[in-house]
Parts: sequence; C-alpha cells; structure tokens
Amino acid sequence: MDIKTQQYRRCDLVKMKGRIDSQTAHGLGDTFKAITDGGRFRIVFDMSEVDFVSSIGIWVLLDTQKTCKRYNRGELVIAAVNEKIRYTLDLAGLIHFFKIYDDVLEAVGSY
Amino acid sequence: MSTTTVSGRFKSLARISEFVSQFAEEAGLDETATYTVLVAVDEACTNIIEHAYGGEGRGDIQCACDVKEDTLTIILRDRGDPFDPASVPEPDFNVPLQELKLRGVGLVLMQKIMDEIKFTSTPDGENILTMIKRS
Repeated sequence: MDIKTQQYRRCDLVKMKGRIDSQTAHGLGDTFKAITDGGRFRIVFDMSEVDFVSSIGIWVLLDTQKTCKRYNRGELVIAAVNEKIRYTLDLAGLIHFFKIYDDVLEAVGSY
Repeated sequence: MSTTTVSGRFKSLARISEFVSQFAEEAGLDETATYTVLVAVDEACTNIIEHAYGGEGRGDIQCACDVKEDTLTIILRDRGDPFDPASVPEPDFNVPLQELKLRGVGLVLMQKIMDEIKFTSTPDGENILTMIKRS
C-alpha cells in the first residue's frame, strides 16, 4: 500500500498507488481520518495511479466525503481518475457525490 | 471449464483476478468490461469471505471459468453460510449525502456489471454463484 500526503495552504493532497480493496481501503480511510481529525476538511485525492477500486474503497471515499462536507466545512474532490473506475462509480449510481477533475493541479487550485 | 481453488483470504483475491482476466480476454471483453468483471468477482469473493465464512481463513473459494463464443461464465463455490440476495434491501443512492447508507453496494455492482447472476445452494451445503457476461 503506497499512500503519500502533502499539505498545502488551502487543502491536503492524498495520493495512492495501486488497488483500493479489502486489504488497502482501511489504510486509506485512516489517512483521510488523520487529516480530518486535524481539523482539515479540504482534500484532493489523486487517483492517477489507482488501478482498481472495490466497494469498500467507494465506501471509504463516501464516508470521508460525509465528514468533509458536514457543516459545509470542506469537500473531498477526486483528480485524474481513470475511465474504467469512473465508469464503475457511475454504474453504481454514486459518481454524483464527487467533483472530479482531470488534473491534480486544477483540483488543488480549485480551493 | 478451468478451475482454481484459493483459501478464503483477501490476499487470495489477486490470484482469482489473474485467473479470470485470462478468460475475459478469451471471451473478447474490452478493457472496461474486463475491469468491471474483475470488480464483480472481487465483490463476490469479498462477500464469501465476510458473510459466508464470517471471516478470513475459514474455508476455500473455488473459481471456475468457461468461455463459449462471446460469453464468459464464472462460477464461484464455497461451503459457508448460504446467501439470499433478497435479504439485502435495494439501496437508494438518490438521497442527500448525509443520509446515504452504503450497505449492498457490492451486490448492486455485481448486478449492474454482469448480464446474469444466480445464487444457489446444494443440499450438501455448497453455495454456487454463477455470473455471466457477454461481450
């Protein structure tokens, strides 16, 4: 599991490589939780090197989104997600809960 | 029909994925269809581990694949508790974010991805999940 975080002035960038599945999703969840527990709720999730997301991964993203958006204090946005994962999120009927950017810089800049 | 058997552990799922991918390619599925089939298989196997067996390392999962013309058939067998899909209420995702409940996402994905899904159980305690995808 390969997760990196970078704090910017107006948001936090989280980048993960590989799969988000039963083995790795909880680690990703813990990473997001550490950010929100620190009182920061504007997160960009760089998915440029994520190649697989199962339902537990979707659950982690949505659970984090709920936390971030509560009281309008922030948001989790997705950047550079591949077409197959985007298609699957859409198929599940859950894509509308996220803003999706093609580009990480654009996502970070949106804050 | 080719078969592989793995231990019911999350780390085994990569082997099932690799196994199924070969047959997806043989059935002529494109990249996106192959990816979604692997998601469906991962969901099904995760459900077997978590719900049929109630945890990792409690039983094996057998995966069989068959390709006939443009149709891929995947059969998963386990000896855990049987599953009745009717017992999982259909989730409603058209609700405000804070009201969203995600129970059943895995099953929804399986049903939307695959062309057919059938859950059966034999009298001697084997659960059989058959999933079919046409290219």
